[in-house]
Amino acid sequence: MMEEKYALELIMKGKRVDGRKFDEFRPIEIIPNIIKNAEGSAQVRFGDTEVIAGVKMKTGTPFADTPNEGILIVNSEFTPLASPDFESGPPGEDAIELSRVVDRGIRESHMVDVEQLVLKPEEKVWAMFVDIHMINHQGNLIDAASIAAVTALHTTKIPKIELAKEGEKIDKILRGEYEKPLPAVHIPITITVGKVGNNLLVDPNLEEEKVLDAKLSIAVREDNTICALQKQGSKELELSDVDKMIELAIRKSAELRELVKEAIKEARKE
Amino acid sequence: MGHKSDIKLIVDGKRTDGRELDQLREVEMKVDVVNRANGSAMVRFGNTVAVAAAYGPRELFPKFMQEPQSGILRVRYNMAPFSVDDRKSPGPDRRSTEISKVARLAIEPSLFLEDFPKATIDVFIEILQADGSTRVTGINAASLALADAGMPMRDLVAACSVGKIDGQLVADLNGLEDNFGETDMAIAMQPSKNKLTLMQMDGVLTKTEFDRLFKLATESCKKIYEMQKKVLKETYKRV
Amino acid sequence: MINMMQEKDSDSASASDSGSANPREPSIEKEIAEVAKEHPEVVREVVLPGEFIADKRGRKIGHGAYVEGEKVFSKYLGFPRIDEFEINVMPLSGVYIPQTGDRIIGVITSVEISGWFVDTNSPYLAFLPLSEGVEDFVDTQRTDLSRFFDVDDIISCKVSRVTKSKTVQVTMNDFIAKKLYGGVIIKITPTKIPRIIGKGGSMIQAIKQATKCDIITGQNGVIWIRGDSKTKAIEAILTIEKESHTLGLTEKIQKMLSEG
Repeated sequence: MMEEKYALELIMKGKRVDGRKFDEFRPIEIIPNIIKNAEGSAQVRFGDTEVIAGVKMKTGTPFADTPNEGILIVNSEFTPLASPDFESGPPGEDAIELSRVVDRGIRESHMVDVEQLVLKPEEKVWAMFVDIHMINHQGNLIDAASIAAVTALHTTKIPKIELAKEGEKIDKILRGEYEKPLPAVHIPITITVGKVGNNLLVDPNLEEEKVLDAKLSIAVREDNTICALQKQGSKELELSDVDKMIELAIRKSAELRELVKEAIKEARKE
Repeated sequence: MGHKSDIKLIVDGKRTDGRELDQLREVEMKVDVVNRANGSAMVRFGNTVAVAAAYGPRELFPKFMQEPQSGILRVRYNMAPFSVDDRKSPGPDRRSTEISKVARLAIEPSLFLEDFPKATIDVFIEILQADGSTRVTGINAASLALADAGMPMRDLVAACSVGKIDGQLVADLNGLEDNFGETDMAIAMQPSKNKLTLMQMDGVLTKTEFDRLFKLATESCKKIYEMQKKVLKETYKRV
Repeated sequence: MINMMQEKDSDSASASDSGSANPREPSIEKEIAEVAKEHPEVVREVVLPGEFIADKRGRKIGHGAYVEGEKVFSKYLGFPRIDEFEINVMPLSGVYIPQTGDRIIGVITSVEISGWFVDTNSPYLAFLPLSEGVEDFVDTQRTDLSRFFDVDDIISCKVSRVTKSKTVQVTMNDFIAKKLYGGVIIKITPTKIPRIIGKGGSMIQAIKQATKCDIITGQNGVIWIRGDSKTKAIEAILTIEKESHTLGLTEKIQKMLSEG
């Protein structure tokens, strides 16, 4: 275990604890279809950080303001097994923030064609529940969680369903039998850029996260449009910082997107 | 447990997944899977997957919970929302609260808690995939996680499920058997001391049936114990 | 303490490789099996909690073992140490639990009226009484003790007393005890400190010489390092911690130290 002071010293000298460059990610692993009971799932590792996302489909009543669109709900669990700093109980502010940031990246990018998820117009739609479980926290949970959620949704299959007939209440979802893949079109990638002094770095590990002045999470779609932004951390960002951070995020998102595409392709072969 | 159904759980002496009556599912065990924790393990029985992490001994807050003469053990069993067919709402419910308690009592007698007065040992069990027998899979993982963490223990804890399905006694129930069988029983023991630390049963059994089922359970636990020993020895062999 | 070598196989880290309970590559396993055949004393297996080690035969039982009747069992996952006088087990890992006589590196967490509280890298906070920290007479009514030791100061000290309910007292009244200025501290698994020190201190000396750093190790797993090349020293130490089980570690470290 390292003192954060040491990580900070190194960064100010232009180095990182594990020898990476400031714009380098840890080794990334993306494994789709890892949870059999889920309609879609993915396990993602950034170095030793590990998260698992699972997608479960249920039917529901659409929201009043979007009566002909499917529903997306993103939830994250900072499971106490993943870190000595996580406690049991309802999601704290960090878990809630992560859920909402991942949600926005997916929702705002229009990644899923939600109009195709209508079962009975204005009455019944498919609801996609994306649950992200932290397994080992060694920093940069947001980026890992986003990639896990995006990969899981892209490899989700919609189960067959027998809608409830007149007078019946319950629809019968035939889990294990699939209608078609979830209509997922875009691939938004979230890159969190951290700032320490005048240095910008991506994929902060656990010690580095503790010494960041501030960080900015940026969700980028494949056409390089930005779909979501979230600043975190207690210090301010210069306006010029913002520009540089976004440029860096756009550049790195293209690299990570290739890995996600590869994983999705492999999954579809099965 | 014991839903009425037309499903035949045993056909020609073989179970729905092709197993013999006393055969365990394919088992996988690994330790040191969560490196933030002091110790951790993953255990898989067929499609049931549990990950356990152990933290401690560490300071216990709030202070009024501290025991001056002994440490305490806290266990939290939780099922991930995506682990089951019908998504489970996150957070503890009455079932997981009860399982957390019996899991704690299954493990506690093995720990030398008196070595850590005022401290706590926290064990977290997450079920990532559920296909029957999740509590015993979780306890097997917790036992490995505690050994991996360097906790002083009297013995490892091995746990397994057994039951009566279609009138026959079987070991290691999968989800279907758990739901539609007549009886299911979960046990945990300290295998080298032949001491029982957990026993829960649902269903109806005659005394004779119980004796046979209990024997099947203890034999299965011993098989599981051998696997636990193997993974620990193989992982930490020194050259 | 010098000959102890414990390790954790860090190759077993990942959770998702499906279907393998054995984390090492087949070629390494073959090598180990060959070495085991020719030199059975070199390949050692760990003992598990609850595993039978030996019959007591009047010997002393160390804190890593327990007795049932005449039979002695292991409490830990670790390596047994058996000789004619004592039966004990050294755990592979585990949190530091203070014992009287241990020499540790602590960090001051608060300044009190008659002493200081010290973080010992364990579940138990220690107390350094004024009389054990400072030689001269101090008027506690007038003096703020932070002039001697302040919050976040790093000290090398000795555990002078541990009660049954683990109230811990430390002292600076020891020939190696002192306040440590500058430098950084890192924490490793306490059971691996002997490996960092090496046979007769050979490993730690090699690191100190190659990096020209001041390094002090504490039995509580805390290591203090000061010097320009501390990065190199830290890298060497962390490598030893991670790979303490492998063949040829000494050579690898020597190579690491002579480069860069």
